[in-house]
Amino acid sequence: MSKNTDSNQFRKVDVDEYDENKFVDDEDNGESQVGNLMEALQAVLKNPPINTKNQNVKDRAEALVLKVLSAFKSSDIEKAVQSLDKNGVDLLMKYIYKGFEKPSENSSATLLLWHEKALSAGGVGSIVRVLTARKTV
Amino acid sequence: MAYHSFLLEPISCHSWNKDRTQIALCPNNHDVHIYKKDGTKWIKIHELKEHNGQVTGIDWAPESNRIVTCGTDRNAYVWSLKGEVWKPTLVILRINRAARCVSWSPKENKFAVGSGSRLISICYFEQENDWWVCKHIKKPIRSTVLSLDWHPNNVLLAAGSCDFKCRVFSAYIKEVEEKPGPTVWGSKMPFGEVLFESGPSGVSGGAGDGAGGGWVHGVCFSHSGNRLAWTSHDSTVAIAEGGKTSTISSLSSETLPLLCVSFITENSLVAAGHDCYPVLFVYDGTKGSVTFGGKLDVPKQTSQRGISARERFQNLDRRATSSETTEQGLESLHKNSISQISVLEGGKSKCSTFCTTGMDGGMEWSHGTSRYTHTHTTHTV
Repeated sequence: MSKNTDSNQFRKVDVDEYDENKFVDDEDNGESQVGNLMEALQAVLKNPPINTKNQNVKDRAEALVLKVLSAFKSSDIEKAVQSLDKNGVDLLMKYIYKGFEKPSENSSATLLLWHEKALSAGGVGSIVRVLTARKTV
Repeated sequence: MAYHSFLLEPISCHSWNKDRTQIALCPNNHDVHIYKKDGTKWIKIHELKEHNGQVTGIDWAPESNRIVTCGTDRNAYVWSLKGEVWKPTLVILRINRAARCVSWSPKENKFAVGSGSRLISICYFEQENDWWVCKHIKKPIRSTVLSLDWHPNNVLLAAGSCDFKCRVFSAYIKEVEEKPGPTVWGSKMPFGEVLFESGPSGVSGGAGDGAGGGWVHGVCFSHSGNRLAWTSHDSTVAIAEGGKTSTISSLSSETLPLLCVSFITENSLVAAGHDCYPVLFVYDGTKGSVTFGGKLDVPKQTSQRGISARERFQNLDRRATSSETTEQGLESLHKNSISQISVLEGGKSKCSTFCTTGMDGGMEWSHGTSRYTHTHTTHTV
């Protein structure tokens, strides 16, 4: 018998942790540096957990995005929004509205700033797409 | 550019006669009113009262001069002009929900009705029994059919529906026509066959996440029938070209959803919707891209008056911005959503005039040759 059938360690592994959609780059270290904030934004908007049904995954992704958005200075927000393409702006809108759903002390203010800039970039159409999207972020 | 306000109620639907001197419209009630153009005024000449529910679709066949109307009372009537009076003939559609849209086929020997019963009724006249018979296309439609458009070959029918898809069906009725030749959409066309089905708009090419899609509000075939455009509730407009590489190019627009669309040349479309003004889109076949061509509405020049300091602070209080214009009214000619566009002159290949009606009870028709040629010089057509 070449398999070790005694150990049950494998049962403690949460397979969903290793789901591809959840993979976010390790940008937590670089966040404090301003230059990396733009890349952090790009990284965190890549691979959004749209297709998974696991609510945990979505919550964690959202918390991460919120962290990145709050780390931006107000003057940098506009540049960051310009650097996104159309789909990026739509995705950003989705996260902004998701963030509105659970307000904390500071989040609403920063989100409103982001909302204003994203609106001028994406127009009302991007909000309509948030409302009609069937797979939420 | 002219705007005529008929009434205060929304115009549910409208249709023009062949020489564009008369318009049949439904003023959001159970009747159809026919107005005749008299100089610059419009005079009501007929009232067609037969429906028991709101009339949701009207189509006036140019050659045979018959009007077909459908309504929320689940019926359709075909009206023929006998002398000075329009006489209705009931068509039994066998649907159990409201009819939503109706369209004569190009040869006017059949018409299609889209309904909330998740099916399309194709109706044709049976000579032996002297009445209209209908056949249903049911699969794979899963929700209300909102819009229909016939292909020039009289057999293919595009349908946009609330299940987020735009499809091309074959509506071949062997009793009234011969077998059609092959087209870019396919060659085998038995009745009810789906020759094309779109994914949620933006799933191929275009938008990245592909999650989304909205009710397909308006569909339109181009003049040749090789291209199909549709607008969807997620503020996108998409064009598909029939053929082996059925590619879909779509544009996520920055405006509110568009409700109706029509080709005006082989490469450009005009669409209008909840934003109350018509817009032009240009399609580039070689690159497979749809681009925004501009607003086709000349807003009234609002008088620019200076703003006093008091008003500035009041604005700041109320709206958090001290902007100069009090944009309380819309700048467009229409004051409410536009629900239907119809091409008046030039057909879908070289349209020079089109007409829009909407929820504000008004109708606007636009002459756009100079503007279209202007945009044509900047985009290769």
